[in-house]
This record gives sequence, C-alpha cells and structure tokens, in this order.
Amino acid sequence: MNDVVTNSRNHTGSLNAAGVSIQNLRKSYGTNEVLKGISLNVSPGEVVCLIGPSGSGKSTLLRCVNLLEQPNEGTIHVGGFDATDPDVDIDRMRRKVGMVFQQFNLFPHLSALRNCTVAQTKVLKRSQSEADKVAHANLERVGLGHLADRYPDQLSGGQQQRVAIARALSMDPELMLFDEPTSALDPETVGDVLSVMRNLAKEGMTMLVVTHEMGFAREVADRVVFMDGGVVVEEGVAEQVISAPTQGRTKEFLKRVLDPTHIEISE
Amino acid sequence: MAMTMTARQRARVSLYVQAGIFVVATAALILATDWRAVGNSVFNFGKIGPLFPDIFISGLKNTLIYTFLGFILGLSGGLLLALMKLSSFPLYRWIATGYIEFFRGIPALLVFIAFGYGVPLAFGVSWNVTVVVMVSLGMVAAAYIAETLRAGLQAVPRGQMEAARSLGMPQWRAMVTIVIPQAFKIVLPPLTNEVILLTKDSSLIYVLGLTASQYDLTKFGRDGISSLGAGLTPLLVAGAFYLVITIPLSLLARKFESRSARTKR
Repeated sequence: MNDVVTNSRNHTGSLNAAGVSIQNLRKSYGTNEVLKGISLNVSPGEVVCLIGPSGSGKSTLLRCVNLLEQPNEGTIHVGGFDATDPDVDIDRMRRKVGMVFQQFNLFPHLSALRNCTVAQTKVLKRSQSEADKVAHANLERVGLGHLADRYPDQLSGGQQQRVAIARALSMDPELMLFDEPTSALDPETVGDVLSVMRNLAKEGMTMLVVTHEMGFAREVADRVVFMDGGVVVEEGVAEQVISAPTQGRTKEFLKRVLDPTHIEISE
Repeated sequence: MAMTMTARQRARVSLYVQAGIFVVATAALILATDWRAVGNSVFNFGKIGPLFPDIFISGLKNTLIYTFLGFILGLSGGLLLALMKLSSFPLYRWIATGYIEFFRGIPALLVFIAFGYGVPLAFGVSWNVTVVVMVSLGMVAAAYIAETLRAGLQAVPRGQMEAARSLGMPQWRAMVTIVIPQAFKIVLPPLTNEVILLTKDSSLIYVLGLTASQYDLTKFGRDGISSLGAGLTPLLVAGAFYLVITIPLSLLARKFESRSARTKR
C-alpha cells in the first residue's frame, strides 16, 4: 500500500506522513491494568485498524499516542517526537497529530468554518484569510463546503463528524487518529464519513483507526490489529485477519461482530 | 358527592377553592389595614417633591455605578477564584476555598465596615467612597460568582478540552478560547441573578460617611425619612427605583435562558 502514497493533497503542497512506533506500552487506572505491554508500528502512509471487544484497551492505546492518556511504561515515537520523553513539547507534537473523536467534540459556540480556523489562527498563527482558505478547502474535501456557516447543532451527526475531520485536516497533520468515528452515528450517515476516510487513506495519510466497521477495515486498512484484554492478540494483513483469523479469541470476536443477529453494544 | 366527581371535576373544584382562599385572604388583609396611617406614612406622595430630581439624576446613577464597578471586580475576581479552585495545584485550591467560604459566610455589611473603617485605620490610608464600595461589593461578589463560574466551567464537557488540546492548543489557550466562552453561556442566567443581588447590596453604602453627591438610592430614601415628614414614603420611592433596575435585568436573564434552551448552543 505504501506504493500508492502520492503527493495528492490539494492545498498543502507536499505530503509529510509520519509513522508511529509503540514499544511495550503499559497503562493502568489504579490497580486495573488496561494496556499490558503493547508494541505496534505504523509506517508512514499506512492505515492500521484497531479492532477488539469493548474494554480491550484499543481506545486507550489510541489516546496514549497523542497523550490524552499518560502511559505508565513504554515508549511512543510519533514522527520525530518521543512522546514519552517528559520534556517533549506536547503542543508541538499534537499539531502533527489529528484526532477524531467518537462524540465529534466540535466546538458548539463556533460555526463549522470557525471550528476549522480557530486552531490555525491561535496555534499555527496563520492569518484569518489564509486560515479561511485552508478551512474552506478542507470542508470542500469532506463534502460540506456549502455548510461552512452552520453551527454544529444545525448539522446531522455524520456532517458533524465530517466537520471534525476537516478541522483536524486544517492543521496539516502527518498522522490521523480516529477513535470509533462512526459509533455514535445514525446508520445512514456512516457511509459518508467512511468514504471521507477512504479518500484520506488513498491520499497517503497515516491513519490509526479504532473501529467496529469490519467492511471498512477489510477494504481500506493495510493491517488490522486485534486487541483483547490489553494485549495484541493477532495482527496482520487486513483481509487475512478478518477472513482467516488464526487465534481463537479473534475468531470468536469476529463471529459475534459479523453475525447480523448480534447486537453490537459500543463502549 | 365527591365520590361521583370525575378527576377533571375534582381538579376544577380544587382550583376554585384555592382561588377562594386567595380572595378571602386578600380581602382580610385590606380590611385589617389602617389605611389612614398607611396613607400618612407610606403613601404620602404630597411631600416627596424635594426628592426629585436628585434621587433620579444622582441616586439612580450612583447605584448603577457602584453596582457596575463591584460587578466588574467580582467577575474578574470570581473567574480567577474559579480557575484556582479547579487548579491541580493544591495551594491554589485551598486559597480559593478559604476565600469563598469566608466572604460568602459573613454579612456584606461587615465587609463594608471593614473596608470603610477597618482598613483605613489599619494602614493609615483614606479611601475614596467609590473605591470602598467597589472593593467591598467586588470581594463579596467574587465569592458568589466564583462558585457560579466553577459550576459553569465544569458543565462544559471534557471532550471540549480534549479536542482543543488535540489541535495543539496549550491549556490556557484552550481555556480562554474554547471552555470559558461556553461556560459563560451556561452561567448567564445565574450571573444575572448575581447582578440583581449586587444592585441591592450596594445600598449597604449607608454605613459609610457620604457626601450628598455620593448618595445612592437607599441613602436618598433614608435621608428623606428624616427631612421630609412624609414618613417612610421616600423609601417606597427608592424601592421603586430599584425595581426599575432589577426587573429589566430579570427579563434579560429570562431571554438568555429561553434562547439557550432553544438552541442548546
């Protein structure tokens, strides 16, 4: 998949995709250890989907990558940053790492456009007109250029999530983290969000995606990582892990998720 | 007979009974009142001419100025205290908690006396009345406003801070640009209440020695009692002027409330 990495991003010039390297990561809440020594590499331009049952630690792992959760042990390298170095400039690192949340977390007091410009002007010190241009381009990219002046509560869930993606993209990230981006959406709006993500993957963005969308994982991901109980149980080429899992726990999980009569309860 | 009534009939009868009690109580109150005495000492509008126009031009203006200054100090102090109370640094939390408990717990009157007489005595300074009012009102208001703002800040979902930090904003920037504006929207109605309370508390200025140009509404009223021979009527007039300030504020608060309920923004 790395060979399809191209400089196709339409407004930012060259694409800088960052990789992630996680070594022996541990994270506990009190006595409850949720990550029990995770190691995971994501190459620049690679798309990796994290799957697994609720409480398996996949969201925590994702949130450790941009330090929304502080790991207890192990190392994380993101692009040129050592995230676990106590002296790391967290804010500088986070500019390179886009985050998309399950609950969107759009800023409700700002229009879609301002959601996409506020960090550009306040953090990257871009001029308002330049920020507006970048924001419009990214809203266009997620198919919402015509709704730039709407406020979040005037948008559907799927539209809000696409604005959230545009907001992250407006910072020109080198890595995008998705934390169950479609789990809070009405079924009919899931497709729009997934297609935006699919395009992003085609453009060569490094993506780490926590998801329950097996169809998306199979089609878009280069690799799938199955987690359970705070450890990586199985990982490999997406098609292979999903269609022909080798581990018992993976088989059991996939059977439950892919069974249409099974009702998925999201975390 | 009650057994044969439907629920709707019972509800109607109950309403009639309540209205009847209200009418009888009002009538009893009116009959029991000594209207001649009240007319002489409370509704004696014939003799209050000298109150005007000063109570309006000077008194109303001064009350508004004192309240405004106190509110500005209270709002900035309250925001600072609220942030201190939410700080991860224990010393800040202790200071803020101590301050809030103290100034919320003692009568505002004592604060006025402390800053009007105690502090000038202790430090050998003589403060302008306006400064005393601003500091006294502001410090009391800060304690109340701090609690209101803290609740507002905590009502902003955690995901807002996370999203802002994820975009590379430092903690303070995320607070200023993302969290505080949303918190203010949430606390606008209770904050309007604080302004109403402050408006009335500004009357405590009467414990200070004032020159005529510094009189607020209440001081005008109190002076009028002794000088006009119209009994308590001047206080009634002063009270009416307070309503001129506070009722529009209430309406404003209600407007904010209904607007935020409608858009949930």
